Amino acid sequence: MLLEIKNLQAGIEGIKILKGLNLKVEKGEVHAIMGPNGSGKSTLAKVIAGHPGYEVFEGEILYEGKNLLEMEPDERAREGIFMAFQYPIEIPGVSNSQFLRIAYNEKMKHLGLEELDPIEFNDLLKEKAKLVEMGSDFLKRSVNEGFSGGEKKRNEILQMAVLEPKLAILDETDSGLDIDALRIVANGVNSLRSKENAIILVTHYQRLLNYIEPDYVHVLADGRIVKSGNKELALKLEEKGYDWIKEAA
Amino acid sequence: MITQVKKQNLYEELFQKSFSQSTQPAWLKDLRLKAFEYFSQNGFPTPEDEEWKYTNTAPITREQFSLSVEKKPSTQLENLIYKETQRSYLVFFNGQFIRELSNLEAASNIEIFSFSEALKTNNEILEEKLTKQVQYQRNGFTALNTAFIENGLFLHIPENQKVSVPIQILFVSTENVIATPRILILVAKGAEATLIESYLRSEQARYFTNAVIEISLEDRATLKHHRIQRESHNAFHITTTDVEIGEESIYDSTNITLGAKWSRHEISAKFTKEKAEVFVDGLYLTSGEQFADTHSVIDHLHPNCKSRQNYKGIVDGKSRVVFNGKIFVREGAKGTDAHQSNKNLLLSSNARIDTKPQLEIFNDDVQCSHGATVGQLEEEEIFYLMSRGLPASLAKNLLTYGFAEEIINKIELESVKATLDEALLNRLSVRL
Ligand SMILES: Nc1ncnc2c1ncn2[C@@H]1O[C@H](COP(=O)(O)OP(=O)(O)O)[C@@H](O)[C@H]1O
Ligand SMILES: [Mg+2]
Repeated sequence: MLLEIKNLQAGIEGIKILKGLNLKVEKGEVHAIMGPNGSGKSTLAKVIAGHPGYEVFEGEILYEGKNLLEMEPDERAREGIFMAFQYPIEIPGVSNSQFLRIAYNEKMKHLGLEELDPIEFNDLLKEKAKLVEMGSDFLKRSVNEGFSGGEKKRNEILQMAVLEPKLAILDETDSGLDIDALRIVANGVNSLRSKENAIILVTHYQRLLNYIEPDYVHVLADGRIVKSGNKELALKLEEKGYDWIKEAA
Repeated sequence: MITQVKKQNLYEELFQKSFSQSTQPAWLKDLRLKAFEYFSQNGFPTPEDEEWKYTNTAPITREQFSLSVEKKPSTQLENLIYKETQRSYLVFFNGQFIRELSNLEAASNIEIFSFSEALKTNNEILEEKLTKQVQYQRNGFTALNTAFIENGLFLHIPENQKVSVPIQILFVSTENVIATPRILILVAKGAEATLIESYLRSEQARYFTNAVIEISLEDRATLKHHRIQRESHNAFHITTTDVEIGEESIYDSTNITLGAKWSRHEISAKFTKEKAEVFVDGLYLTSGEQFADTHSVIDHLHPNCKSRQNYKGIVDGKSRVVFNGKIFVREGAKGTDAHQSNKNLLLSSNARIDTKPQLEIFNDDVQCSHGATVGQLEEEEIFYLMSRGLPASLAKNLLTYGFAEEIINKIELESVKATLDEALLNRLSVRL
């Protein structure tokens, strides 16, 4: 089991947002988590990534059998967890390529593998950038600074491509994208999909799932997973909205 | 009080020694005498003086210095010369301009005179210009500098000359010395030049630099001025820079403060005509027990001028920083466009910043803003980097580096920028 979440109750500033959430993810799977605004999707993503502002009141998260909640966010990242931010952060003065090389080398160091010098790394980076159709000017610019919404989302997927996580959580990576950018992002994600990793797609819309086919679809409402199914469930949600589930639950 | 008098006796001795050997013309000797008299009576400024409220001069008052006896440095200067200025540098050693150590092969269209040369050939110009902008009465430091004027530098960029190579002025000093460099820079009509003023010292010598630089830009002139203060960490340093800017001229300066145990930079920029632009930006990076002070004044006396001031600070350890930026917009200065910003990162709870932006407007038709912040790194930014696998300390140091880069990136000269990046990354223990 790659990830196992048991009775997770978590929130922020003393407010409980997740109220007993259970989820199991195996390697090779793609899970979609859908739900209305404010249902706690980003909270779940941030708790898994280890955001220090969130508090876990009860429950546990096991990652490769280890207690994830005891690990610092950077340790989680080096162990293969990656969250694509719903709102990526701008880092002025640090270039995309510098940042990515530092992150890549931190991971290599952790795994006891060889670090890359700037020249070697740039070769790798150019290959990865092709996946999300990003030119070299993007690599020289400061991280996310002055990027459009769509460019920021593509940059998140570039980071994912470089870091090759075992578990990627994409928090609304599709929102705010036009159809071309959505296709680019989806192609990038699909090419990174493998038997060795798992992806959790957090999304508000069914649209993304036409491009990235999930194995499972879960509906998150009021801090719990209230329904799980396959991709047919997403279509039904598209058609009927979320209310029928809330009523049924 | 008693120690104060004793220390002035000390400077008295040094002054008499320097003055008695002088072969300078009467007007200059007279000026030096008056300046020293002023210093004897007033000493260094004290915190009662509003401009020195947060700046304690006692650490300098306590020290003893001597005049230089050596005429040449014992070490090689080559590795202190930037790649871009290999054939266009001027050297001050222990406060005196030394032509024999300088090289201007690549900048043949500029004129330089040491004061002793200028007094032979250009006596009137020097008499007319020297201390016109920075009078000895400004404070004890400018008085002391004036009292010790010996071999300063007069740098003249003649009319319409575009100097294609940057010019480096390098200052090096040795143990115990009081260095009082004095420079006059005249950028004539339509001329353009880039200047790097660099105080560099890798060893841990204790000395005192007290520099005064008077810069005058005539009409349609451009001067890019990079000031790099990387004195030894046992050194005391003060520079008084005064700039006058003529019509449609541009003065663009970047002031980096990394070194010295105690330092202050006073910079005043004054528009003498219309439609000119001034940029006074800077970065100070302090740690340990350093003290670093920046006092700037931008004076809008004439219409339609623009000024920008962007200072950033990274303040760590037990260091102390003072920033005081004033913008005056005078009555007649219609259409003034003046903005000032001072952002500080306070990295340690034992460090301290006193920042005071000040805007005084005597006129309605203006666009002005100013602001100062003192803060820590953003939690969300730290988390973002950590979520990519960077340990907390590396994440913080990388963000601090990024914060400083906005200013360092302004410096277009590759090797100057590279050495600053290296110093910054070393200080932050980041490997890029
Ligand atoms: N910093 C915060 N302080 C208080 N409440 C918050 C904070 N952040 C989010 N919330 C609340 O938590 C709930 C879940 O938010 P979130 O996880 O972002 O939902 P989703 O991503 O599903 O839209 C919402 O009701 C939101 O208002
Ligand atoms: Mg969300």
